[in-house]
Amino acid sequence: MSSLLDTPVAAPKDAPPSRPAGRWRAALGLIPFVGYLVIFLGGPLYFVISGALSDPDGRPTFDNIVTSLTQPQYLAAFRQSLLLSAVTAVIGAVFGTFLAQAVLTGRPGSPLRRIVSTASGVLAYFGGVPLAFAFIAALGQTGLATAWLRGIGIDLYASGFRIDSLSGLGLTYVYFQIPLMVILITPALEGLLPQWREAAENLGASSWAYWRHVALPVLAPAFAGATLVLFGNAFAAYATALALTSGSIPLVPTAIASALSGNVIAGQANVGLALGLNMVVVIAVVMVLYLFLQRRAARWNKR
Amino acid sequence: MRRRRWRVVVLALAAIYFLVPLIAAAEFSFRKPGGGYWFGNYLAIATNDALLTGLLTSLQIALFTAVVVIVLVVPTAVWVRLRFPSLAGVLESATILPIVIPPVVMAAGIAFVQANLDTPLFRTLFSSSTAALTPFYVVLALPFAYRAVDNGLAAIPLRTLVEAARNLGAGMIGAIVRVVLPTIRSAVLGAAFLTLALVLGEIVIARILLYTDTFPVAVVEVGRSAAGVSVALSLASLVLTWVLLLAVSFVGGRRAAGRSSS
Repeated sequence: MSSLLDTPVAAPKDAPPSRPAGRWRAALGLIPFVGYLVIFLGGPLYFVISGALSDPDGRPTFDNIVTSLTQPQYLAAFRQSLLLSAVTAVIGAVFGTFLAQAVLTGRPGSPLRRIVSTASGVLAYFGGVPLAFAFIAALGQTGLATAWLRGIGIDLYASGFRIDSLSGLGLTYVYFQIPLMVILITPALEGLLPQWREAAENLGASSWAYWRHVALPVLAPAFAGATLVLFGNAFAAYATALALTSGSIPLVPTAIASALSGNVIAGQANVGLALGLNMVVVIAVVMVLYLFLQRRAARWNKR
Repeated sequence: MRRRRWRVVVLALAAIYFLVPLIAAAEFSFRKPGGGYWFGNYLAIATNDALLTGLLTSLQIALFTAVVVIVLVVPTAVWVRLRFPSLAGVLESATILPIVIPPVVMAAGIAFVQANLDTPLFRTLFSSSTAALTPFYVVLALPFAYRAVDNGLAAIPLRTLVEAARNLGAGMIGAIVRVVLPTIRSAVLGAAFLTLALVLGEIVIARILLYTDTFPVAVVEVGRSAAGVSVALSLASLVLTWVLLLAVSFVGGRRAAGRSSS
């Protein structure tokens, strides 16, 4: 199959409709897709925002926002969420890039490439439940890997590690961050033309000099953009944390879920929506930066 | 040769990191209470009613979700490539949105509607897990599905195929359904199986909206009393989805190779 790892080839640009009327009619073709996103993604977001800005009786107020930004437990949740997302995004991005490049230097269509390509899709998507169980089975108190490590003299739990701690959660998040990075960065890596390397080598560049002065500067915007997506992905993720820790680590999604289910104080639902709004603001900043970087990255595709 | 060595190191590290948890999960899933190994945890799917109905519900949701995703994505991706190449970047950014919008926030917004707006339209929408969850799983499935389908389109002479079909009298829809769709069927199948992976792993929206009869939620619930069963079934769903994708990849690859050599 034309897999997730294949380069999207630039569409031919020879025959876009030139008449404005034709262009408007052509735009009608996008209505189903855009309309669907507006209704089923925009709809819930609209109610999050309007609910965050009103009290339980529907009167407008900023109290929920103030509460969500001043309560110590919510601030702690935000700090932990941001830290977890940033660290796993950077680790996932760096290792994912190396893995994608290692796979790309193999033969196209080789079994390795197919395995990594399809596995990336499944792991980036599946996330959540199976992942949490696999890590408990491996690195839980009685896990297989824990036992092996103890066998060679490394006692994880004696040194304070717990799979349902923040670092255990981070280790688990990287498991879906790396595959997502492989999916996102592969097209950019494939966009590095062999001619650039040949030109650099003809001018006497070493492999290191080629990467330092040619490949990395070209890759930088795509790499940074993909890292931002990874950050957003980890920031948004909740299923893994839910299955792994059953809510014992304070993250923003955990706080939202418990505010919504009303097991804190009655009438907290609007504060939960305010926390949701704060997350949306963070994501919006991430998306604006992403779009900017995307534009920089696209410069090298116009060849 | 130095370039080969870093490659081996990276691939070996990746193999360790990605395989150890899977192997550990497999070993755990075969453990028999009281020692020894057995297959019993996997058989629970046949004997536990909650798991079985959950599986059927989730497969139904996956089917509907995949159909809606394909109906939305294929014509749009074709349209953008043919008429709006300049919009390709914008649309790709739009498909990033569902990756970064937190499911828990979507769920919060939907829960607000569920609790406060009581009209016949919404009552129908929230009447069953399938009706309530499918529209939102479609949103979550869009990013990867769009990518998979668009990559499939990149590999075929799309403009030529569509123009040939239209010269022979087909309408735009006919050209997409009868010419483009069969040509990219492995990409479309790939998108469908990724959708299956999503539906078999999503618990956040289902739990917050209190639709607890889906497979992943049932698997987590069972884990409270029988951890082995949860591990076995979640591992099985992961591996099955991956095998399906891999099979599509090899079949599609062979077909493409056959075509280019002829």
